[in-house]
Amino acid sequence: MLERNKKKLAQIYGFLAFIALALPVVANNYVLNTFSDVFFYVVVCLGLNIVVGYAGLLDLGYAAFFAVGAYTTAVLTSHFGVNFWLTIPCAIFFSAVSGVVIGGPTLRLRSDYLAIVTLGFGEIVRISARNLKITGGSGGIFGIDRPFFFGIEMKDNIHFYYAFLCLAFLAIFISHRLQYSRLGRAWQYVREDEDAAEAMGINRVRVKLAAYVIGAVFGGVAGCFFAVKMTAISPETFMFTQSLLILLGVIIGGRGKIPGVICGAFVLVLFPEIFRFVGDMRLLAFAIIMLILMLKRPQGLWPERLG
Amino acid sequence: MSTLDIIFQQLVNGLILGSFYSLVALGYSMVYGIIKLLNFAHGDIYMVGSFVGLILLGLLSPFLGAGWAGILVAMIISMILVGLLGVFIQRIAYVPMLSAPRLSILITALAVSMVLYNFVMSMTSGEYKAFPVDLGYEGLEFGHVFITYTQIILVSSTALLMTVLHFFINKTMLGKAMRAISIDQDACRLMGINVNSIIALTFFVGSALACAAGVMAGVYYGSIHFFMGFLIGLKAFTAAVIGGIGSIPGAVLGGLILGLLESFGTQLPFIGSEWKDVFAFGILILLLLFKPTGLLGKTEIERM
Repeated sequence: MLERNKKKLAQIYGFLAFIALALPVVANNYVLNTFSDVFFYVVVCLGLNIVVGYAGLLDLGYAAFFAVGAYTTAVLTSHFGVNFWLTIPCAIFFSAVSGVVIGGPTLRLRSDYLAIVTLGFGEIVRISARNLKITGGSGGIFGIDRPFFFGIEMKDNIHFYYAFLCLAFLAIFISHRLQYSRLGRAWQYVREDEDAAEAMGINRVRVKLAAYVIGAVFGGVAGCFFAVKMTAISPETFMFTQSLLILLGVIIGGRGKIPGVICGAFVLVLFPEIFRFVGDMRLLAFAIIMLILMLKRPQGLWPERLG
Repeated sequence: MSTLDIIFQQLVNGLILGSFYSLVALGYSMVYGIIKLLNFAHGDIYMVGSFVGLILLGLLSPFLGAGWAGILVAMIISMILVGLLGVFIQRIAYVPMLSAPRLSILITALAVSMVLYNFVMSMTSGEYKAFPVDLGYEGLEFGHVFITYTQIILVSSTALLMTVLHFFINKTMLGKAMRAISIDQDACRLMGINVNSIIALTFFVGSALACAAGVMAGVYYGSIHFFMGFLIGLKAFTAAVIGGIGSIPGAVLGGLILGLLESFGTQLPFIGSEWKDVFAFGILILLLLFKPTGLLGKTEIERM
């Protein structure tokens, strides 16, 4: 029974992956652009899902990691002329370091304190980006060079569509492998009962820190690609509302479950696009739906089944 | 201006800023003390309070003028209205979640905050709104330092509100019930205290104080907008933590300390005014690391 389910699931996933790969054949630029956004949010939501969903830590400053990645790429390519592909390892390094810097000292705190500290940290990163010279101040950095991929300049929507699709596949694969790894089980244990987990010999601070750092790296790498796709970044891209949006993606879909989070990312991007005609009220509608969802189904639309 | 004048001027600025922080921090601290909920929507209640005050002032000024009489009446009515809004939010959003996991209730609070600020944003189309007050610029002069009557009245009315709150919490039966609930809810139920209505009362008082701060901020700064609650919510939380979250004198003390630190911080070399928020959050993070119970908070023993 289980084997058959697995086979069926694999077929469904294969079918969806095929549609995603074939979409550019029929879609226009608007659709491609929207779907690159969707895949971008799939990556960052899966990254935040490691922190919020797997390890059960509320992070309200996730945009900071995304900012670290984007600024690393932007500064290195514009000021130092480094090749885009070489900035990715740098971004991984810097976002991991910033994950350790915030996570290291704060993970001992209670969960609600942690939420506020991450919020404060997110603001510190944004304000620093606005006030430092190297990050271009409040104007940000613009005219970021397009990367070359085997001699092809990545400048069309279709290039970034495939780039973000690949990133999304990679993120899904890594998340999946992590979820059922020893570390993933430790996260789940810590989330459900910290004290019991510690009694079983799990070093909870180290396990949580691992979640933080891995989540940070997801955000950082997504930030690199975001910077070259937009070719311009400014501190206002990384406001608190950005962190909130990513968090909502994780919560709506169902934290801790990969298909749920992917759905969340789709809702996040497609809902405002579809309801564009409602105008300014769509954010309000989104917020109200979010509130009702939290009250009626706090575990999300498609949550992880425990047991 | 001599150094002494600068110090005195910053003291005045810090006190004003600090009294706004204190008023908002009180609400955070009271709610946290009673149901251990970090009410993320509290900063937005301050913002909504400011807008309610603005609307009432517009309605009342033909009769009472835009001077202190009008402001006072508008402030009292808006405190009552916003207090009721606080109770309403607690009833629909927090009561059903009280037994849910901590993460869910925090996210619910975030959703409430989103609803509030998106609502105000769509009502005002995201614009700054001028606060229609006419208070003049008279004041007292001490050497080179000038203090307007507005500043004096704002600080003294904050002090008045806090004194009233102090007597309410420490000398009345309802205040006693609030203090009892923060210690042991189940025992209170056994003693015949209606726990739910006391929690609602806490929300009422906290929201009314935030609203007072919002109206005063509107009067002081002259213009308000929908995003003003976010930063002050964060700062007021910092203030509550500095003082020791759950402690009422702590919230006042923390607010004043934070206000003074911020206004003096801008005078330090290397820390210009553009870094003052970083300065405040830096204090918060350091404090949580080294003394999470704050200055006046009690050490909490977590039971399993």
